Amino acid sequence: MKVSNSYVGRPMERVEDLRMVRGRGTYVADVNRPDQLYAVILRSSVAHGTIRSIDFTRALELPGVRHVLTAGGLGDFVPRIPVRLQSLPELEPFHQPVLADRKVRYVGEPVAVVIADTAAIAEDALEHIVLDIETLPAVAGREQAETEPSLLFEGHGSNTAITWRACLGDADAAFKSADYVRRERFKVQRHTAMFMEPRGFVAEWNAVAGEMTVWGTAKTAFYNRRVLAAALGLDEHAVKLVEVDVGGGFGSRGEFYPEDYLIPAAAMIARRPVKWTEDRREHMMSANHSRDIECDVEIAVSRDGRFLGLRGQIWADIGAYLRTNGSVGPRNVAQCMSGPYCFESVDLRSSMLVTNKTPTGSYRGPGRFEADFARERLIDIVARDLEMDRLELRRRNLVADSQMPYPLPTVTPFESTNELDSGDYHAVFDRCLAEFKWEDRSKLRGRLIDGYYHGLGIGSFIEGGAAGPKEDARLVLETDGSLSVYLGSSAIGQGLETIMSQIAADAMEVPFERITINHGSTDHVKDGYGSYHSRSTVMGGSSILLAAEKLKELIRETAAKRFNCSPADVSIDGEKVSHAGNHLTFSNLSDIPLEVEASFFNSKHTWAYGTQAAYVAVDPGTGHVKVIDYLSVEDVGRMINPLTLHGQAIGSIVQGLGGTFLEHLVYDSEGQLLTGSFADYLLPTASDFPNIRSITLELKRCPNNPLGAKGAGEGGIIPVAGVIGNAVADALFHLNVQPNELPLSPPRLWQLIEEARQ
Amino acid sequence: MQVAFELNGDPVNADVEPRTTLADCIRDRLGRTGTHVGCEHGVCGACTVLVNGEAVRSCLMLAVQAQDEKVVTIEGLSGDQLSPLQAAFRKHHALQCGFCTPGFITTAHALLTNEPDADQERIREVLSGNLCRCTGYIPIVEAILDARSHYARDGEK
Repeated sequence: MKVSNSYVGRPMERVEDLRMVRGRGTYVADVNRPDQLYAVILRSSVAHGTIRSIDFTRALELPGVRHVLTAGGLGDFVPRIPVRLQSLPELEPFHQPVLADRKVRYVGEPVAVVIADTAAIAEDALEHIVLDIETLPAVAGREQAETEPSLLFEGHGSNTAITWRACLGDADAAFKSADYVRRERFKVQRHTAMFMEPRGFVAEWNAVAGEMTVWGTAKTAFYNRRVLAAALGLDEHAVKLVEVDVGGGFGSRGEFYPEDYLIPAAAMIARRPVKWTEDRREHMMSANHSRDIECDVEIAVSRDGRFLGLRGQIWADIGAYLRTNGSVGPRNVAQCMSGPYCFESVDLRSSMLVTNKTPTGSYRGPGRFEADFARERLIDIVARDLEMDRLELRRRNLVADSQMPYPLPTVTPFESTNELDSGDYHAVFDRCLAEFKWEDRSKLRGRLIDGYYHGLGIGSFIEGGAAGPKEDARLVLETDGSLSVYLGSSAIGQGLETIMSQIAADAMEVPFERITINHGSTDHVKDGYGSYHSRSTVMGGSSILLAAEKLKELIRETAAKRFNCSPADVSIDGEKVSHAGNHLTFSNLSDIPLEVEASFFNSKHTWAYGTQAAYVAVDPGTGHVKVIDYLSVEDVGRMINPLTLHGQAIGSIVQGLGGTFLEHLVYDSEGQLLTGSFADYLLPTASDFPNIRSITLELKRCPNNPLGAKGAGEGGIIPVAGVIGNAVADALFHLNVQPNELPLSPPRLWQLIEEARQ
Repeated sequence: MQVAFELNGDPVNADVEPRTTLADCIRDRLGRTGTHVGCEHGVCGACTVLVNGEAVRSCLMLAVQAQDEKVVTIEGLSGDQLSPLQAAFRKHHALQCGFCTPGFITTAHALLTNEPDADQERIREVLSGNLCRCTGYIPIVEAILDARSHYARDGEK
């Protein structure tokens, strides 16, 4: 059967769902090994202090307790977790030890691991460990980090780890000559991915073979394998990381955490399999936090509304250590603050400050959510000051199709340049306005109807994707004619098996059902990079296309030997191979599987882009905001599966609304986390945001990969806070309320309204 | 201590500690891992099972409290074919990572069994006790609305 390009672009129901809706998925907590023990982690309850002693003798006396592991038991050197992205030698002092090493620096930092016959016994044993910590003054936020004498890393002499700088053109000159400048401060609160499946691992050490197997990897298995092997003193190929079903990623899951080392190390020490599953409270104090950025930015604008310059200072509170991807948000916020607009100059500094809080890392749209809040709010403030139409101000400054590719500011000291690849930003902007019925609804702006002030907000955004350097795919034509695909990409809940089946089925012109996708685990391909930065579809998908070409070549060669002809004279028609009236099918072509491997290399990011609009109603008596309508229009170049893409866009927007209105990881002045449960940390629920719409376009294919696709799935979240902030300001235009700090919780907004009225 | 109850139509018994939750009993002692544990404090709803037809958070119920009761988990809602709710979840792309899904389906099954005419507002109200981080809930609500006709017609099983 021949299938010609009929799956890509179709809203295919997902293959994953067949097991997941019936409770037949296998998540890491569902993995069990014979004779396994259980690990539980003792975490610091003190934000900042020096460890005087850890006495676990009584814990070891408890029946069923096998081992207690502390930093002292790890030998002379406690392994530090290296940084995966933007790694610089000067940042090494900030790398996290796998167990607290002489000092504790945040509430939740692992101090000891208890290994016992059951998880309950291990938890009981925690009560019997006497941890003596001499407390030090906690650095609980930006101001203390900059002014308090207390240092997290005494040897460094400052709580500022590094300052990134993003530059384009000559900002000083632009500001000197500008007709108008405006300076504002913005703040985005600490919140994070909060995926639903707690993290966990099952590790098994085969002492005879010298092999370590770990179930529960996600996102970046191959990088994590290198780190783990080095830390355990093993050869990389003696370590196997297995990916099972993964209950959500959003940037946070799958990075190398202390537990990624501790559980395998525990299995080595115990010489039995060891299982660990975190609970939710533990998750909230141990998995990466995110956002937590303040900025003081200034915009320069010409009399006719052209953006001349953007400059200022950003502070990122990165918590106690620099995690594997901890620099991504702080650097992105500087590089992406100009977004989809032509700024003639940019000069932004972004300082990463260490504080006694849980370390931070990427969360969907890292740095861009924060940058877009500042930028889109600023543009509306400029429009108000200059009495210009805010739509017209945006149109005047959006990057034009004719200017592509368009450079983004260059970031130093880990130097990186980047450019917007393609797009018709104006067309998408106007499409959003039309679909939203902006003009009709403008009549409602600022009006008080049934006790609510009504307002509209808008914002445009760019979404980076497809980070390099490469991705690997291995294709195997099995002897029964079915096709097995092995991928370096990782499935984190995004429907990878379905998407890749569509791409592979079209590339090989075979039915969808003939494809099996194997992903994530380290023994599938020689090397892999995984799923982050909206990269799996573009990178993994493109590697499948390259591998499919190689496989067809191998099929021709194999058939040529059977037909006794030249490979060039063999034709492939679906699952049938022919030469001069003779035919073979894929299922009787070869006695052994035919196998090829290919890598897709890419040094250029894809840039999906779009515009979002919101219609809100604000209750001035309570500060509550109703989202009456929310629309996102995004161009992703090429859609593989409209059903899953649409789902991700909607889900991403709702996450953005959570970050805008609800979600907040709150600390007190002692560095204690006050939000350790779902009763305190509020996620959006089914009754909060029922009116969300998303339209995805295929206007401009990406010129830099054979699929023509742009990474998607993060886009939805990026401009949400800016769009909502603008809509709320619009509703309260008569009061000149400017919501420049998140979350826009009812008490905060109510206070802003009251202050404006006085 | 011993506890005996009916699980997905079959009699089962397990040796549990008094403090063992029903969720841990079902998952660890009885090996039915479709019931997921997401928060262990009764907010996320991923562990929702049916006890005598009522949607119950199995992380907030002790295993010993299930003595002689009828417990149904996600595995008990269908055989080889997808149930109408399960098929509707797939059709409407009402799941991404799938971790919260068993809790949503059991919750919706209990709702539609008792109130086959539940409207969108009622569905959202009931679902507001379950957390999903991937979908934004819209396709879940659509899936449940779509599956209603099967409950109205034959009450499903």
